[in-house]
Amino acid sequence: MSQAPLLSVENLAFERDDSCLFSGVNFSVDPGDVLQIEGANGSGKTTLLRLLTGSLQPSAGNISYLGQALSACRYDYLSDMLYIGHQPAVKLNLSAEENLRWMVATSAQSNDTSIANALTQVGLAGYSDIPCYALSAGQHRRVALARLLISEARLWYLDEPFTSIDKQGVAFLQSCLQQHVADGGAVILSTHQDLALTGLRKYKLMPHAEAVV
Amino acid sequence: MSSPAARKINSGFTAWLRRDLLLAYRRRGEVASPVVFFIMVSTLIPLGLTPEAAQLEKVAAGMIWIMALLATLLSVDGLFSSDYQDGSLEQMLITPQLLPLPILGKVTAHWLTTGLPLTLVSPLLGLMLSLPDAGYLPLICSLALGTACLSLVGAVGAALTVSLRKGGLLLSLLVMPLYMPVIIFGTATVNSAVDGLNWLPPLAILGALFAASVALCPLAAAGALRVTASN
Amino acid sequence: MSWLSKWLSKWLPNESSNWQWFYRLGSPRWFYLRSGQWLPWLSLAALLVLATGLVWGLAFAPEDAKQGNSFRIIYLHVPVSFLALAGYYIMAIAGAVGLIWKMKLSYMVMKSAAPIGAVLTFLALFTGAVWGKPTWGTYWVWDARITSMLILLFLYLGVLALQYAFHSNEAGNKASAILALVGTVNIPIIYKSVDWWYTLHQPATIKLTSAPSMHPDMFQPLLVMILGFYCFYVVALFLFTRAEILRRERKTAWVKELVLGEPQS
Repeated sequence: MSQAPLLSVENLAFERDDSCLFSGVNFSVDPGDVLQIEGANGSGKTTLLRLLTGSLQPSAGNISYLGQALSACRYDYLSDMLYIGHQPAVKLNLSAEENLRWMVATSAQSNDTSIANALTQVGLAGYSDIPCYALSAGQHRRVALARLLISEARLWYLDEPFTSIDKQGVAFLQSCLQQHVADGGAVILSTHQDLALTGLRKYKLMPHAEAVV
Repeated sequence: MSSPAARKINSGFTAWLRRDLLLAYRRRGEVASPVVFFIMVSTLIPLGLTPEAAQLEKVAAGMIWIMALLATLLSVDGLFSSDYQDGSLEQMLITPQLLPLPILGKVTAHWLTTGLPLTLVSPLLGLMLSLPDAGYLPLICSLALGTACLSLVGAVGAALTVSLRKGGLLLSLLVMPLYMPVIIFGTATVNSAVDGLNWLPPLAILGALFAASVALCPLAAAGALRVTASN
Repeated sequence: MSWLSKWLSKWLPNESSNWQWFYRLGSPRWFYLRSGQWLPWLSLAALLVLATGLVWGLAFAPEDAKQGNSFRIIYLHVPVSFLALAGYYIMAIAGAVGLIWKMKLSYMVMKSAAPIGAVLTFLALFTGAVWGKPTWGTYWVWDARITSMLILLFLYLGVLALQYAFHSNEAGNKASAILALVGTVNIPIIYKSVDWWYTLHQPATIKLTSAPSMHPDMFQPLLVMILGFYCFYVVALFLFTRAEILRRERKTAWVKELVLGEPQS
């Protein structure tokens, strides 16, 4: 039963303004994997994640989803992928509930109950009427993370998801990730945090050299 | 499998349209400023030129159009900038929907909150600037179509300058030459009516410009956003 | 835009076809060396043709019946106007090639074409003004062609401003290329609208900047001048592009060797 891996990256390189950020990046991800991208500041972790989302183009190498090149299956790939970047994409003038509603507007699973449940689970139950400018940065991040609870995407790309969250939130997020991979999803995340998850692999991104798995 | 896919493509447009309208409603004060600017600047005209009705009559159509253009130019800068700053634009770039659709949704919301109020307020300004009676209906029609074109073309400029600081001034520079055909035909519509000629031909050309803009500007803005917003 | 590139690349030259020469064109180093060989000849040609045209037009062409000697400014005004418009299309095409085939050299050509075109447009306006004073009594008049030239100048300035506004070279190049293409689509629309606008407001007199059928004796030096200016444009474009190549590729071995003299390891 050799199926093509969920995501496979071969010989990826990225150049910006004639200077090479990294090259020779190889890894693959199957359902049940948690891949932690490690590297010094500036080594290109965020860039790597953005290359995976397709918003940046690599200078060399391929990214394949289920054996197909990204360009051939763009719609399916992007529907199966969830990306949460540095900024939580939270509009300050909308309430937590409205923000979440808009973020998942294109997902088939979104309805009032699931949104309310998600907000309760991240600890924002009583805040549904308050505009987000009254909430803290940690609470903004929780709104972004509530998406994870509603999303049906299999691939999760998270860039420093543990910033601004307290210990309780960290534990919650870890259990969330664990549940997701147990259900057959995969996670690629960049973080300095030490994680205690089954199925965890690490990938060290070296600036402009072969990376070490 | 076509039904969920079709639903997803549609909801790209309406989701962003509704979100932007909700945001505009929450920031009512800010959103009203182009219209307030429009009205206030109209008092500068008699102060700067002359209060005589006979003279004002000749320049009324052109001046109203120029002010509508400037008011739109002031507001189009903010089309993508707040989304760029809080990361929503990044999310828009990776949705599976075709990128021109959310952009069209945002531009429609922008027109509904800027161009449409300007159009509705314009008869008041016509009154203040002694626009002859024949000019009112052409003014409304031409502004309705014209401000939509201005919003669409402005979106391309906004997409090109979204990641720049002080992009607003550069945006005006970029977009001004592209606005000139719109203002030519917009004022021609009103002036033809005032002169007693048929005002439908220039309006038709304005309509053609609008059709071309709706077709092409979202594509150009999408291309521009992919280049500038993923730095 | 990637879907467009993919579709186009099925029909257009790619590395595996016989269009090797096309891809060689994309190499900055190849262009630098080749243009270095051609440049002396081109410069000489430009110089000779321009000199011939100028002398012929300014000294030997017959005097105009209505305008006397002041019409001779057209020997500068008309070629410069042609090139200003042609230059915009060259810039836009270079930008399009860069976007579709991702050629760095193409972007460098686009970046060089912008200031040359802007200066040419300014010269067109300036010579037009100089012509205007003795002919119509005023330096500036809002007729269709001059207004269109002015709008073209704004389009050029926009492309220039956008290029230099970005920190990243790549983003600046791509954004300028997109803007140049948007401008290209708009230029016919703008020209036609301005034309139409002018006919609405024009008093019923002769058209001011039309070129009525010219006597061949006056027309021939004009053709020579146009040719000379095209040669000059190519020379200027080559010079700017070469400078841009040296600047952009300054970290590569061949540039270091070129500039510093001995082979660098």
